[in-house]
Amino acid sequence: MSTVIKVENLSKRYYLSHQQKENFPTLRDAITRTASNLGRRLLHPLRASSGQPLEGLDSTEEFWALDDVSFEVKQGDRVGIIGRNGAGKSTLLKILSRITEPTKGRVSIKGRVASLLEVGTGFHPELTGRENIFLNGAILGMTRVEIKRKFDEIVDFAEIEKFLDTPVKRYSSGMYVRLAFAVAAHLEPEILIVDEVLAVGDAQFQKKCLGKMEEVGKEGRTVLFVSHNLSAVRRLCARSLWIDRGQVSFLGDTEKTIQSYLSSSIPMKEGIVKFKEQQDKPAYISSVELLDEGNNAQSSFLVNQLVKVKVTFVANRRFTLWRVYVDLKNPDGTIIFSTTTQDNRDVCPIERGIYSASLIIPSQLLLEGPYLLSVAFGEPPTKRHDYHENAIVLNLCGTSFVFDRKIGFLSFPFEWELEDELDDKERC
Amino acid sequence: MNEEDFDLIIEPTKGFKNYWRDLWRYRELFVFMAWRDILVRYKQTVLGLAWSVLRPVLILIVFTVLFGKLAKFPTEGNAPYPILVLAALLPWQLFANALSESSNSLITNANMISKIYFPRIIIPSSAVIVSCVDFLITLALMAGVMAWYQYLPDARILTLPIFVVLAILTALGGGFWMSALNVKYRDFRYIVPFMVQFGLYVSPVGFSSTVVPDSWRLLYSLNPMVGVIDGFRWALLGGDVDLYWPGFFLSVLIGLAFFCSGLVYFRREERSFADVI
Repeated sequence: MSTVIKVENLSKRYYLSHQQKENFPTLRDAITRTASNLGRRLLHPLRASSGQPLEGLDSTEEFWALDDVSFEVKQGDRVGIIGRNGAGKSTLLKILSRITEPTKGRVSIKGRVASLLEVGTGFHPELTGRENIFLNGAILGMTRVEIKRKFDEIVDFAEIEKFLDTPVKRYSSGMYVRLAFAVAAHLEPEILIVDEVLAVGDAQFQKKCLGKMEEVGKEGRTVLFVSHNLSAVRRLCARSLWIDRGQVSFLGDTEKTIQSYLSSSIPMKEGIVKFKEQQDKPAYISSVELLDEGNNAQSSFLVNQLVKVKVTFVANRRFTLWRVYVDLKNPDGTIIFSTTTQDNRDVCPIERGIYSASLIIPSQLLLEGPYLLSVAFGEPPTKRHDYHENAIVLNLCGTSFVFDRKIGFLSFPFEWELEDELDDKERC
Repeated sequence: MNEEDFDLIIEPTKGFKNYWRDLWRYRELFVFMAWRDILVRYKQTVLGLAWSVLRPVLILIVFTVLFGKLAKFPTEGNAPYPILVLAALLPWQLFANALSESSNSLITNANMISKIYFPRIIIPSSAVIVSCVDFLITLALMAGVMAWYQYLPDARILTLPIFVVLAILTALGGGFWMSALNVKYRDFRYIVPFMVQFGLYVSPVGFSSTVVPDSWRLLYSLNPMVGVIDGFRWALLGGDVDLYWPGFFLSVLIGLAFFCSGLVYFRREERSFADVI
């Protein structure tokens, strides 16, 4: 396969301005600044270097949104791009789609690129659905002939036949998004760049979009897909790129990339997380530990091991009613279960002091994979005194053969009854 | 893999190669943008297209009464005063509308600029096209007024397209400058309407430029619209109207300088639009 996108040492610098009064520089500022710049230059001709802002004049700060990023994408690859907010994903896409220029480095691209950084760019509220299809198509780089050819398909996909001649400002937001995505989905570029487009619309429509994107990928076109929705990335992309603070942290198999991304999102790896003292609160959680049967702190467990989640908390006063809450999420943010200390016993009142509550997750309950645990301490019925979202990561490793690999959420060893229907006698 | 195998190289500072080729590739977008602006223009108005006629007519009446009847300014040749005014109003409206539309065009399309690539120059340029529609309507109005006064233009009218192009180039130049400056300094949003209003009185719209003393004519022609308006009158009023050539060429020169410098400035600033807007 040939390389279609080659990124070499790509860097992008922004200047962060620390003026706090206005967002937009006004002419007055520019004039006074130029004047004072000029004055300084005359006073210190040696220090003045062309183009560089003089020190102390503007309180601007350099910020490298991308810092020496290099990677290659082969034809037909579907590459997911993940990373935290502000890591530089969008900047990368903006450079690849030529919206903004890099400061250093270069990108070589082969083939026609279409980028969808937003759904419905250029839609005009006063124009009808029909008119907007043509306009938006042209903005995305389609020719009029192309749009005409695909017009019916687009209208079908968006399910808006009836409202074709209504101005889009009268559309429901759902219809609006459907129409916008429909136009975009019928682009036929060799390289498609998509950013978080799927964050809109209802669940059913999102599914439809994902399906359409899979289709695009199967046709052998190259797709770059930025998303926070890891399950969508998993479904769509075989390879993924993880960007952290403007740099490539990991590039490879999606599963591996996601694993390392998730495990990095929690600083502690030893299976214990300690929290700050908060003496001003009536109660706070001081630590969360993951323990095995022998009470050793770990972060990774086998599926057939039991896991104790020990939550230590400090009560700064007496509580007659109290709960410790734990919920467990998979990386997509789906809560697999939530539980409280109230689940199997009534808790007795506690005096001022330090306590711990341990939740026991039985062996063979969950499927392998990373999980995020959130913990809270509360006082029914309404008070939540302390809460730590995604406090700790639990890694469960599989032991099963590939053949027996399970899908879904649980690895619970269900009971099966086997009978021989012919002689009506239990055999196994 | 060799460099030649790639269709597109994105690099800093060099700008994008093949800008003009890109511009050609996006010609349909240009058409669509202009078409959009025209369609949207009179949506949800009662009078609709009639506004395009009404506005010049109102100015025409006011100026004829004010300058022709009250101030008793002389006309050029033997043209009736309304025709003198309308001949100037044609290019002036074209210029003023085009300038205001294109100055704001980048800001009103900010969303597109930060989300999609296309040669940015399409936006202020297509905004100018909308004003051309108004121009054509006013031209029809001119034909009507001329028929009313039974005033016939001579063969010089064939040179009119030259002056139309000149007006458009001047407006484009201003549009490039103002729209690019507007991205960085929003002050220009307030400066442009003022400039347009001011320009209506310092340009010879309501009066003939022969009113200006001869020793000041050349200086007066530093305003590029003076040349364009004089040209329009020369082409439309025919016969006895003379063109003050040195002034005209000075105006043309300044208009063209406006256009070229605007183009260069726009191209230079264009790269940072998405970051600044």
